[in-house]
Amino acid sequence: MSQDAARKGKDDALIEFRKVVKTYGQGQTAFQALCGVDLRIASGEFLAIMGPSGSGKSTAMNILGCLDAPTSGAYRFHGVHVEQLDRNQRALLRRHYLGFVFQGFNLLSRTSAQENVELPLLYRGEPLAQRHAAARQALARVGLSGWETHTSAELSGGQQQRVAIARAIVTHPQVLLADEPTGNLDSTRSHEIMELLVTLNRERGITILMVTHEADMAAYARRIVHFVDGAVESDAAQPERGA
Amino acid sequence: MFLNAILLALREIRRNLMRSFLTILGIVIGVAAVITMVTLGNGATRMMGEQISSLGSNLLILRPGQRMGAAAFGSAAFRVSDADALQMQVLALRAVAPMVSHSAPLVVGNENWSSSVTGSTNDYLMVGNWQLASGRLFSAEEQQSGRAVCIIGETVRNKLFGHQNPVGAQIRVKNFSCPVVGLLVAKGQGAMGMDQDDTVFMPLKAVQRRLIGKPQDINFIMLSMRDNADSTQVMAQIRRLMRERRKLAESEDDDFTIMDTRQIAETLSGTIGTMTMLLGAVAAVSLLVGGIGIMNIMLVSVTERTREIGIRLAIGAMENEVLLQFLIEAVALSAFGGLIGIALAFVSCLILSAVTQIPFDFDPGINLVSFVFSAAIGVLFGYMPARRAARLDPIEALRHE
Repeated sequence: MSQDAARKGKDDALIEFRKVVKTYGQGQTAFQALCGVDLRIASGEFLAIMGPSGSGKSTAMNILGCLDAPTSGAYRFHGVHVEQLDRNQRALLRRHYLGFVFQGFNLLSRTSAQENVELPLLYRGEPLAQRHAAARQALARVGLSGWETHTSAELSGGQQQRVAIARAIVTHPQVLLADEPTGNLDSTRSHEIMELLVTLNRERGITILMVTHEADMAAYARRIVHFVDGAVESDAAQPERGA
Repeated sequence: MFLNAILLALREIRRNLMRSFLTILGIVIGVAAVITMVTLGNGATRMMGEQISSLGSNLLILRPGQRMGAAAFGSAAFRVSDADALQMQVLALRAVAPMVSHSAPLVVGNENWSSSVTGSTNDYLMVGNWQLASGRLFSAEEQQSGRAVCIIGETVRNKLFGHQNPVGAQIRVKNFSCPVVGLLVAKGQGAMGMDQDDTVFMPLKAVQRRLIGKPQDINFIMLSMRDNADSTQVMAQIRRLMRERRKLAESEDDDFTIMDTRQIAETLSGTIGTMTMLLGAVAAVSLLVGGIGIMNIMLVSVTERTREIGIRLAIGAMENEVLLQFLIEAVALSAFGGLIGIALAFVSCLILSAVTQIPFDFDPGINLVSFVFSAAIGVLFGYMPARRAARLDPIEALRHE
């Protein structure tokens, strides 16, 4: 206990992986996607996770996002042992601390931007008026004021991803997990999205964890972790880009 | 949370309006069928009861022959003396009305009508629950001498006199003229659907002599028991007496039948009740089939919306919340089906009761039960798809195309 508190006091890690192993399947066909990953992420970081396909970066992302549990090892989030939580407890963790942005946007179809952004607040049980206000604010933050009533089919890819970002930040999460957020966008749109993420990271201090395989997108991050064969190959800080 | 889930469900239903409608069609038809069957069944039972009680209470009917129909012709007719003997010897009887009946043409001026002419005594009117609207009963002298006078029913009045008062007028019956002395209060349709008011009464002897020509024969004897009489006992007594009078040997079967109208009424309404239950049960099966339809569509919907479920789970929806959303959707669908079914049943009851003349008694009970049952079907058949949705792995669900 005292040891724990001491370490926490020293570097204040928001996220800590210790010997995280994830195995899919059993027996002969078992496949180890992560083999003993150690990783510490402090609050306010902008981290890019890179690596070839099959390197375990997506698996790591799923565990980081509390969508999946490690087979063995420890994952502490805010000092909470996530590996000991059940499905519903992990859902609550996601609800209150995490925001997600996906490659395929994953907006609800035939649903307005406003309603999409309100969705997480719905599960938090916030009253209608507050939901409306917060959603409008979040949409304004990503530059989509005036697009509230448009459904996802009526928005461009870049706009859809902005709605998705608004949905992720509307709850003021501590961590934003972005899984190839620019994978479906052209380069102009991609850079716009990245600029938006950088600003959110800087202004709001949101910790951003982003999986990407594009080096010029990873360049926006301040720290890049390379995964190869289920293990961290390199972990390096980058100089901050000139503002 | 609950309210939100309901709103979400309604939105989803509205999005797929056509499909939602087809989904609930089974429930709609099931609920409508159950309610219509039960409502009309109850109406028919009530109608039976009313008709039987209009026939008279504690009424026994004695007729020659063992079975309905042709067999009756083989047996000897009753005699007027049989009726007298019953009156004298069976103390539990309040009134004994011997009766003959014969069809005859009736003419007044240019109007023509054919009706059944019944010859009996004043007692018959009492036994049969008939009441005079105007005029008088037969006098003792008329009954004694068998004078041709008549009391007519409402239908006959209508056909021959229109709305005029017939009392004092003359009707030509077959080949003799007959003054009308009384008019009966209308009774309406009878138990078998025949018009009870299409009738003419005359003193017994008048019909026996002038229409039939057999002055002693009687077709039926109507017997009215005293209020506290035990019908089984009375019937046994009558049977003994009649066997004796008709000189039947120990080994011979009865050549007459005693019918207890209340017993007939109970049998009939029992039969209708059974029919109602049977039809209701058949209709309930279609409700069940409707439920399976809902389950089918909900399963399709869960597969179709796997990604949506993945998004909700990733955003932080708990298992129970997803379960509730889909469950409410199923319940809302089936409850809508129930409501539409109730409306449909109301309309079809109105139409059917107009066509069949069965009274329409709106029964809130069966409507409520059907509605609750249809909602319960939503829970029953919605649970499985909802659980499947709730148990999805968010990672898999998000990857689903």
